[in-house]
Amino acid sequence: MTALTGVGVSPGVGFGPGYVLAYETPVPAPGARHGGDAGAERDRATRALEQVAADLEERGVRAGGEAQDILGAQALMARDPGLAVGVTGLIDAGKSAARAVYEAFGGYREMLVDAGGYLGERAADLDDVRDRAIAVIEGLPLPGLPSRAAQPYVLIARDLAPADTALLSRDVVAAFVTEQGGPTSHTAILARAMGVPAVVACPGATSIAPGTPVLVDGVSGLVRPAPSEEEVATARNAASARDAALAAATGPGMTADGHAVPLLANIGGPRDVDGALEHGAEGVGLYRTEFLFLDRTTAPSGEEQEAAYLEVLDAFPGGRVVVRTLDAGADKPLAFLPPQGEEPNPALGQRGLRLLRAHPEILNTQLAALAGAAARSSAKLQVMAPMVATAEEAAWYVATCKEAGLPSAGVMIEIPAAALRAADLAEEADFFSLGTNDLAQYTFAADRQVGALTALQDAWQPALLDLVALAVAGAVEHGKPCGVCGEAAGDPVLACVLAGLGVTSLSMAPAALPAVRAALSRHTREQCRLAARAALAGTSPQGARAAARSHLPGLAGLAL
Amino acid sequence: MAERQVTVEAEVGLHARPAATFVQTATKAPLDVTVAKGGGQPVNAKSILAVLSLDVRQGDTVVIKAEGEGADEILDQLALIASAP
Repeated sequence: MTALTGVGVSPGVGFGPGYVLAYETPVPAPGARHGGDAGAERDRATRALEQVAADLEERGVRAGGEAQDILGAQALMARDPGLAVGVTGLIDAGKSAARAVYEAFGGYREMLVDAGGYLGERAADLDDVRDRAIAVIEGLPLPGLPSRAAQPYVLIARDLAPADTALLSRDVVAAFVTEQGGPTSHTAILARAMGVPAVVACPGATSIAPGTPVLVDGVSGLVRPAPSEEEVATARNAASARDAALAAATGPGMTADGHAVPLLANIGGPRDVDGALEHGAEGVGLYRTEFLFLDRTTAPSGEEQEAAYLEVLDAFPGGRVVVRTLDAGADKPLAFLPPQGEEPNPALGQRGLRLLRAHPEILNTQLAALAGAAARSSAKLQVMAPMVATAEEAAWYVATCKEAGLPSAGVMIEIPAAALRAADLAEEADFFSLGTNDLAQYTFAADRQVGALTALQDAWQPALLDLVALAVAGAVEHGKPCGVCGEAAGDPVLACVLAGLGVTSLSMAPAALPAVRAALSRHTREQCRLAARAALAGTSPQGARAAARSHLPGLAGLAL
Repeated sequence: MAERQVTVEAEVGLHARPAATFVQTATKAPLDVTVAKGGGQPVNAKSILAVLSLDVRQGDTVVIKAEGEGADEILDQLALIASAP
């Protein structure tokens, strides 16, 4: 049997005999009716749903952690009052308890599937509750899995319900493979929590014969039935080499030849500081300050703000902390920052710096609080403005910051206009920080929230790389630094390309820091430059990525 | 009829754990409680399936309503859950 490919959602390599879970609850016949005693039938349905809810809750308590939350939510589904009304109505109309349960769930199921994305993936949870209730009503056995095994098995299924997987451990399961599901499916979440490799969206997986040895790579998504001993050894070695390489790369971010690329953390408030320090962040490249402002009827006082800023500054003595001033707008409305008119396209509305210019008192209070915090700390505080489109806006912002006593003021580059005229902006601003997520949204006219458009949000899109290169060139012309603080910075391969393009610092979610640090440390600045040139010559995201990789041989040792 | 209007702050929106906590809390109240997304149709706040079907995402505004003794107290609790980051 040839290898299958899915989406790797939990890293690592797993190998063991395949255990194929083939469990289907029969669908109650459409014409199934009860004998006439609607009251007794309603009781059967109610009791079955309650039994399922109690069982799910009990499994949750035994499993604890993430699984307990998931199973608790499923128990709520079984006890849903709206569902109960639907079941009762169907039974009163003569349907059997099992059929009534099936149909009542069906309406909600359709709604979830239609919504797609995260909600679509919840349909599997709902199906599991439904099938369990029907099994109880019909007296059928409930699905179960061996919770002990002589040798850890590779669990293969069409999809897995949390109730099936919650009580499993890594002593029993070597890897998970499902035909359905996505990166936010429960299989993915639980596998990551358990530290077990997992591949989802792998068509054909359940056709693997039970007992066949299966090799699973949770990074590449490769599922190989009956592999050779050599293949197993190679895959295992690559995985342990990757772990060792990640652990071995420590210290400040730099290329193999010693060119420094500071690695910073994106944080949303003081609570994220521990994670940043744990992963070796050299400072903060993006401190989002919105958390202080949301869900309030009045703006936070200067004192309150100063305390929150100081808490983060104090975590990085002598280090750098880049604070983004308030990025509010029509999609994140604040009671004290009223929009000045209807905004049919919030992403194109009066947000970020545009809104602050209309409410200078909010900006002035924030800047004063930042200056106050900076004066009390040894960290190097820098501030930057979101949503800057023109050199005039950059000049206004920088002047306002300087008046407030803040020596370093930069702008985010997230609007194509700003990247196109980066040299003009660099003359005004002290530094740039590229927000690749919004830059992609505005470059491709593709809403970040629309799942169907994710291909256009790919940071490897050559048009986006062109704009990054333009922004860097503009900054270089005026001797100003240009960092990246979008998702792109956390992709270890793209991080090398960005360094090669001349980006001077990379800021990312703290968990992404070790892989980026390791990837950079294994390549020289010249290799990064060659990779960047190759990526820019690509005509598609896949082409750009493949071309860049061919110049980055050290990635192989990281199994990336 | 008392009501609260809040912006949902959690990254996952009013799904997953926030939705479950919201519904569990509403279920404990001996009153009818509804929740609506923006100016939309209100649904039973004690129904996880109805709350999920609103598909409330991060940054969306929800309106929570209840009537009767203790309404303000339960609404305060629910508003806190809905707006927690």
